[in-house]
Amino acid sequence: MPLTIVVTAKQVLDPETPASALQIDHARKRMVAPPTVPPVVNGYDENAVEAALRIKDALGAANVKVTVLSVGKAFVMDVIKKPLSMGADELVLVQDEVCDALDAFGTARVLAAAIRQMGSVDLVLSGRQASDWDQAQVPLILAELLGLPCVHITRKVEIKDRSVVVERVLPDGVEVVRAPLPALVTVSSELGQPRYPTLRGIMASTRKQPVIRKVADLGLSPADLAPKVEVLDLYVPVRQRRCEFIPGETDEEKGRNLAQRLREAKLI
Amino acid sequence: MPGVLVWAEVVDGGLASIAKELLAAGRPVAQALGEPLALALPTPREAPAVREAGLFGADVVYVAESPLLREPHPDYHLLALQGVVQQVKPSAVLLGKTPLGVVVGPRLAARLGVGMAQDVISLRIEGGALIAERPVYGGNAIARVALRQRPFVVTVRPKAFDPPEPTPGRSPPFQTVPLTLSPESVKVQVLERRPVETKGIRLEDARVVVAGGRGLGGPEPFAQLEELARLLGGAVGASRAVCDAGWLPYHYQIGLTGKTITADLYIAVAISGASQHMAGIATVKNIVAINKDPDAPIFQDARFGVVGDWRKVLPAFTDEVRKLLRQ
Repeated sequence: MPLTIVVTAKQVLDPETPASALQIDHARKRMVAPPTVPPVVNGYDENAVEAALRIKDALGAANVKVTVLSVGKAFVMDVIKKPLSMGADELVLVQDEVCDALDAFGTARVLAAAIRQMGSVDLVLSGRQASDWDQAQVPLILAELLGLPCVHITRKVEIKDRSVVVERVLPDGVEVVRAPLPALVTVSSELGQPRYPTLRGIMASTRKQPVIRKVADLGLSPADLAPKVEVLDLYVPVRQRRCEFIPGETDEEKGRNLAQRLREAKLI
Repeated sequence: MPGVLVWAEVVDGGLASIAKELLAAGRPVAQALGEPLALALPTPREAPAVREAGLFGADVVYVAESPLLREPHPDYHLLALQGVVQQVKPSAVLLGKTPLGVVVGPRLAARLGVGMAQDVISLRIEGGALIAERPVYGGNAIARVALRQRPFVVTVRPKAFDPPEPTPGRSPPFQTVPLTLSPESVKVQVLERRPVETKGIRLEDARVVVAGGRGLGGPEPFAQLEELARLLGGAVGASRAVCDAGWLPYHYQIGLTGKTITADLYIAVAISGASQHMAGIATVKNIVAINKDPDAPIFQDARFGVVGDWRKVLPAFTDEVRKLLRQ
């Protein structure tokens, strides 16, 4: 029996989109990018995919199966298939109209139902948070729904004797912790750059078709997924500071003038 | 009389700053609900924090005593808080958006079957619901969200509220909460703690911070930033791009997923000022930005700005600072 890893991944608005190009869609209560900017896989979720693939590298490809699981209303296939081209074995998409406006609890319920349907899963890996809503809730709720021990915000994930040993990132250091499998671990960017898809990976991923499920296939009804947190609206915060630009003929002069001005303002 | 319950964090036996801030955040909520403001402490009853709780505005104090709560292991704190919540049955539970709170908050809410809001910067009661504001999309927007099921559970962003002024002479009643925690209660086991060794002043405590961004082009220029920071008695920080590129270790990172600083003076060199970064310097009053792009978003928040090439601006600025400090 290979070790079974599920990585949760979300398709999000590209966080590198310039702020000036983002707009609030008040009816749908979210921010939207111009249609020319394609979405991306949430960066921290790519870190989680990378963590799974490192385990696969360490234990041998035949001994580990990596399934990527995503929930949403609509997917851009070239985007959401990226984990496959990085080396994941399988992609499961819960694609349903009702998944358009799920809150963290609803998303976690859908993920939990999908994971239960896969049978025995040894390790769930998730990004520490999604770069759109920055909630950092879904994996924690998911761990509770599945009854799994959970370690949040890690930079190294290894499998040792039916347990997972991880380095948890704290503001002033690192904590090495162990949890018995099955477990859920969230991964942060401190893990390091996710690998780039290889040409072979891209070729292989074009042949793999995602498994697509509806919420009803998981035994859930829309009523099960009614939001517990209601988004009322969004607004762009107003920045009121008027910047005083330091004059000067040359950049060097501006530098000297800046020091003088900070002295005048008693800041240095 | 259920109440608004603050789960306190403790530093060296005293209340952590976030605990005081949570008392400030919770006071108007308690008032609006007409309920007491309660503070739950994971400390022995003789800890100084118990006395401070009254000083900083708690109406009632719950003490959850267990040596297992001495370390910030989220699993023990979750079990302890769950025990307190079962006894107190509060209308709202407030935690800090700290490494501990961000884990305990959502897991507590999941166990109670209620929704929660993470990283809130304001909260109030309206029509029986809790309305919270929280930054989203890396700080590019603020969302207003409503929680309607009780208890309302939130984690509050550090520094979003000023701690209350201490009121001497208040000594609220306190109760101990019986707990049955044992090492067998949790599955996650801590094997080792490796603190990072920071040279000089901690970024979070520094009065002056000099930080560099992607525009520096590599790790080498940070030597110049070090030099300026040393002159000013400050610390060096960096944007996430710098740490992701491996130019500096992650404990230098300032921003939404890095450190929050409270310096008096922040000098940003070649940092564009993405919202994700600005979240870490939201309370800094004096931001100085050096950037070659006049449209860089950082200038919208800066008090002083220099539009120019940092390679020329920074050495001249540093030399002039050195001269001025010698006078």
